[in-house]
Amino acid sequence: MRFAPARVRPALAAAAIAAPSVLALYAFLSAESGTRVSLVLAGSVLAVLAGWRSGLLARLVRTADERALVVALALAALGLIRAFHDDPFVLLLLSRALLVLVACLGLHVQLADAGVPNFAGAAFFGVGGYTAAVLGRGTLPHPAVLLASGAVAAAVGSLLLLPLLRTRGHYAALITIAFGLLFRTFFEVNESLGGPQGLKLGGFRVLGFDFNDDRQLLGVDYSGFAFYCLAALALTLLAVAFVRRLERSWLGVALDAVRLDETAAACFGISIGKWKIAAFTLGNALIGVAGGLSAMMVGFIAPNNFTFQESLVLVSILLLGGLGNLAGLAVASLIVVGLPEKLQTIQEYRYLLFSVLVVLVLVLRPAGLIRRAVRRPFGSVLP
Amino acid sequence: MSEAAPLLVCRDLTRHFGGLVALEGLDLELRKGEILGLIGPNGSGKTTFFNVLTGLYPPTRGEVLFAGESLTGVGPQAVYRAGITRTFQRSRLCLELSIFDNLAIGAHRLLDHGLWLNLLGRDALARQADATAAAARELLHVFDPPLAARLFEPTAGIPMIDRRRVEICRALMSHPRLLLLDEPSAGMTAEETAHLMDDILEVRRRFGDLTIVLIEHEMAVIARVTDRCLVLNYGRKLCQGTYAEVSADAEVRRAYLGLT
Repeated sequence: MRFAPARVRPALAAAAIAAPSVLALYAFLSAESGTRVSLVLAGSVLAVLAGWRSGLLARLVRTADERALVVALALAALGLIRAFHDDPFVLLLLSRALLVLVACLGLHVQLADAGVPNFAGAAFFGVGGYTAAVLGRGTLPHPAVLLASGAVAAAVGSLLLLPLLRTRGHYAALITIAFGLLFRTFFEVNESLGGPQGLKLGGFRVLGFDFNDDRQLLGVDYSGFAFYCLAALALTLLAVAFVRRLERSWLGVALDAVRLDETAAACFGISIGKWKIAAFTLGNALIGVAGGLSAMMVGFIAPNNFTFQESLVLVSILLLGGLGNLAGLAVASLIVVGLPEKLQTIQEYRYLLFSVLVVLVLVLRPAGLIRRAVRRPFGSVLP
Repeated sequence: MSEAAPLLVCRDLTRHFGGLVALEGLDLELRKGEILGLIGPNGSGKTTFFNVLTGLYPPTRGEVLFAGESLTGVGPQAVYRAGITRTFQRSRLCLELSIFDNLAIGAHRLLDHGLWLNLLGRDALARQADATAAAARELLHVFDPPLAARLFEPTAGIPMIDRRRVEICRALMSHPRLLLLDEPSAGMTAEETAHLMDDILEVRRRFGDLTIVLIEHEMAVIARVTDRCLVLNYGRKLCQGTYAEVSADAEVRRAYLGLT
């Protein structure tokens, strides 16, 4: 790497991160037996540890061109969709991981950027889902239904704004916990929204293209979930671009100031309330859109899917990925969503396992495996 | 505003914390371009005065007029917009951000925070970022040229004296009319302090009409840079005048210097 010309080094580093990651993911997804899955996992963990201890990983991450990395990973995801074209189980798993990632990007804007905790992530995901269930039956085009899912989640979140702005830290977290619990009860007793039995949903349709149908394209049979996976991928790319641009702008600077020192921020004209509201609302909108598409994909929605435990899982993904680290967030989403599905033996113990992992991360590496990077300059002249 | 009218007028400014009198009946007039030294023993109400003036604590009583407008009881954001900025006794920089980010926080008033420009107008944003970086470099250059070259490095990596400089630059980024410096020499050697004071005088020379209130325990600094001093004790004004007058005052010597 050191000998490569400086111009191509960032692209090479991106490839050096993307290629082994995708190979490991492919091996993980195609492993049939529990032993195989465990082997792939152990191998990946060892490889990451080796890369981390030798400093290679940190160096690659520093050098890698982010845009090249995102393009490489997106292309790899297309490759994976093609490779698992008729395996609905794997495609569903991938799509769920991507949608959970989008929801976590929403939490990331709230907690990692603005410092607003949200322990009701699953509730807002559910609000998006119920919105899609109700509006999806009507004549509204489905992409607009997704936008409405985000808007309704953001609007419901605004109910929490007053108490959230009057509190900080643990107390703010408690408010969101209370809301998450209330939400579930509200949908359980609300017969017009299906009560505890929940609601059925039709599939996602765009211009007559029904995502639920299996199709043959260029001589390959694709399961319907392949198209959901594509939609989830597109949504993820949009969300990543949104979060990245938000962070590399004056908005990101202001949010950082609010998170790191409210008093100093206020003395430089930054309105704490306004920025917390903006981050909380934008974050909930992202979570709501992900929830809407997720409900249409699964075809069914019930209060039981959106428990406090699920909210905790979302927050633990954020912590496992390392607060402020988007790549870590993607890896953590895949592990937390994929592991219990592929390794059935841990299905029962998944909450226990993730709790232990979160505690380990918080004790050993509270800042995440890789330290949060300083914002790159967004002017045209690089230093 | 006529030349004669004072920039800042405080009348009967008072702040109590429960039964504790932190600041009591302070009357103060500040002319444009003046450097006022604020001295007094620890706990005499100097920082409380800054906190009341910048809107962090509402005053219990009294009023604040800045450039003819009332700033009584308004929040810190409005005080900043009116053109008053400050540094803090214990450095309050965001250490995990770059020097540039910290200075951009100081320039908040001048930056465009529209969603459209920030998310989609990348060229316009880049131009604004370039202009802000140029202004930041110019300001840092006055204090310490090598520091200007480290603009995009994390603030946590620079020594204490540079952090102090960055904090003062952050307060200057928005072209304030009144600058409040809370013990800029705290934790510095005499040499570093002298250097910092040179820089502050240099900044004032460049920004002709900048008015400064300086809290300082280092009497050499007060003697050198201030036009006038105000001595506080137990939240009350003890006396005011030039440093020579104030330091000759018997009451001040008793309260502050511990002399009998």
